[in-house]
Amino acid sequence: MSLGRGRTQFTFNVDSLGFGRGEALPASALVPSPLFPPLQFRPVPLPTGEEVDYMLALKQELRASSKILPSHIRPGRVKIDVDRYSDKYQSGEPKHSAVEWNPDWSRLPRELCIMGPKTRKASECITAITLLHHRHFLTFAIEMAFFHCWFQQTLEKNEKNQSEGEEDEEKKKTGEEEEESGEGEDYDEEEFEEETDYIMSYFDNGEDFGGDSDDNMDEATY
Amino acid sequence: MTAQEVRLCALLLQEHFGEVVEKVGTHLLRSGALNLRALAHETRTSLDLVKKSLCVLVQHGMCTFGPGRRGPAGPLEYRVSCERILYMLRYPRYIYTAKSLYGDTGELVMEEILQRGQMTMSNTVRTVADRLTQNMEDGQSTDYNDVVTAFSRLVETHFLQRCPPVDTATSKKTVSEVPESPASTITQPSQPENYPDCYKLPQIHLTGRGKRRRSDEDGDVGARVAKKAKLEHTEACGDEGIYWQVNVERFHLHFRHQAIISAVASKLDQTSSEIVRTMLRMSEVTTPANAAYTQAVSANEIFRAVPPSYNISRPILDQYLTLLVDDPMEFVGKAGDSGGGMYVVNLHRALANLARATLESVVQERFGSRSARIFRLLLRKRHLEQKQVEDFAMIPAKEAKDMLYTLLSENLVQLQEIPKTPDHAPSRTFYLYTVNQLPTARLLLQNCYKAVGNLIDRRLFETKENKRHLEKSQRIEAILGSLQASGAEPAQLAEVEEMITAPERQQLEALRHHINKLDSSENQVDETIFLLESYIKSTSCSR
Repeated sequence: MSLGRGRTQFTFNVDSLGFGRGEALPASALVPSPLFPPLQFRPVPLPTGEEVDYMLALKQELRASSKILPSHIRPGRVKIDVDRYSDKYQSGEPKHSAVEWNPDWSRLPRELCIMGPKTRKASECITAITLLHHRHFLTFAIEMAFFHCWFQQTLEKNEKNQSEGEEDEEKKKTGEEEEESGEGEDYDEEEFEEETDYIMSYFDNGEDFGGDSDDNMDEATY
Repeated sequence: MTAQEVRLCALLLQEHFGEVVEKVGTHLLRSGALNLRALAHETRTSLDLVKKSLCVLVQHGMCTFGPGRRGPAGPLEYRVSCERILYMLRYPRYIYTAKSLYGDTGELVMEEILQRGQMTMSNTVRTVADRLTQNMEDGQSTDYNDVVTAFSRLVETHFLQRCPPVDTATSKKTVSEVPESPASTITQPSQPENYPDCYKLPQIHLTGRGKRRRSDEDGDVGARVAKKAKLEHTEACGDEGIYWQVNVERFHLHFRHQAIISAVASKLDQTSSEIVRTMLRMSEVTTPANAAYTQAVSANEIFRAVPPSYNISRPILDQYLTLLVDDPMEFVGKAGDSGGGMYVVNLHRALANLARATLESVVQERFGSRSARIFRLLLRKRHLEQKQVEDFAMIPAKEAKDMLYTLLSENLVQLQEIPKTPDHAPSRTFYLYTVNQLPTARLLLQNCYKAVGNLIDRRLFETKENKRHLEKSQRIEAILGSLQASGAEPAQLAEVEEMITAPERQQLEALRHHINKLDSSENQVDETIFLLESYIKSTSCSR
């Protein structure tokens, strides 16, 4: 390394840097580079044409329809304050996926199969009942029970499970369930949903009452 | 997995599958392979939701499961593939290709399978027939056989393939009685091509026509479709357990060929591109997937296979082939002299040239044509000193310096030191500027991922800003629709339309325009991503 004797000597050709020796060094920037640096040249316009428009429409359609499919999973409802008894009987979200999704459980690991307490109860029911009857129903019923484990939250789904599972076994319960499923699965608030004896409005929290009145209530209430 | 890729994957998962799947998927991407309990614990989501998300991801082929670190006795581990998630950007392109090759039926088949991940043939046929019937006029319906034909053609040309069978030992947690031989496949076979019946169509007994959904009661339609699906589910069609998925590699091959053909068309002329298209078509089935060259075809075969509408005589064809071989782009090479001359298409070289053209065009659009000249110079001449750059590019020294330093700061150009003496003294060292094509392509690819991430972010932001307007307009459209269906007078309709004021309408129009532009840009950037990805993959294969 050459040591500077008295005066500083640059060890390379200074001209290539773009400024002379005596001049001041260019000012150093003390801020990070801007987040949206100004563009030197305008970008080229997007291509247009039938193909491009069609692909655009396809993309938007795909996005919209993927929101309705059962593979779009919504997070569970966050509990606002205290646990309430009525939570058990009020389904959290409306059933939006028109066609439910029953994946082929033989292709998925068994640990991913969800067995909720309701379906477990249903499967216990089924297995208990079949033990009284023919033995060959046992394997078939267990397969049916595995086959029907899915969204635990959808109570109506459980109802259908029971109706499907018991259809072949012609138990006395099926009389009522078949009648219900025969109604076209209307969201029947008035009748029983989850083997309770009360209509659904019994479980109404009362949280929604009184919030909608926006009349001019000048007079005091007594 | 780079940070930009993970960010883009997160945005795509959120768009298609929701927040829960996004959280689970992103965490798996970042941490590699995890088992179920660890995943639930680390993402702090309930076990049920994690299970559902994993089911969704496995169904769509983005997640694989297999025995973990503790061997077959331990818990299963799940792995997410970043590449497969990024292919979601390309779904519109796949569907459009299916439409152009096989018509509306093919398009709908592809759309159904892409959206559901995996489907059986009978399910697909029924759903597509119903959808086609829905769009037809009253009284007409689609026969199942038409859909079956379209499906079969897709399978024959390898655009659809069977999902590889899952070894049942992994899907059961209990130890199976049959002892496992050490060489048996315990995990899912990753290569569906290894499965011999990959493209075999099952024999199904499916006759009937598509059913039209009665649209009078909107609320019950969902329930009715669900009930119908439940009833039809019980009909066995003979193809239980055989699921079909989209063969993305085949689509990618098709896109690569399209890119080469259009490059030839723009560089030379239409007839030469037709000849190259014929050569590619003839060697499609015989060429292995990642080969550098297609199988050699003789000029005689090409002459027979060229479509007759082009009316090329034999000597003209020979001239065209010679022209293609002599072209500096080296799309076509001569591999022998038998049969009138054996010719191959140089796939990897063509991809490299296409990538190089992409890089040059990027530099040109961002920094101007003179910087692009310097860039091209450095690509051709490999290493140049600063003085030489100024001379060869014929640009005044000061400006050339400026441009060179700008390119250097953007990392598109690298500096190579060659010392003359062991002490690396700057006065006695050569400083050479150089451009390396492969690292620069990788850099631009990451930039593309970042660009798409930014586009999606901006689109979400715009939608959120104008959420109130959008909701209002949707509600009004719904009201209008129901009024029209129940036969209201035009005065009532006009009154409802007035509810949106003119400036609101303008704002909505502007919003729609912006969102269309952003979406279109995403599709455009994806084309560049495909090209650069194919080039990078081809270089790693040939090593």
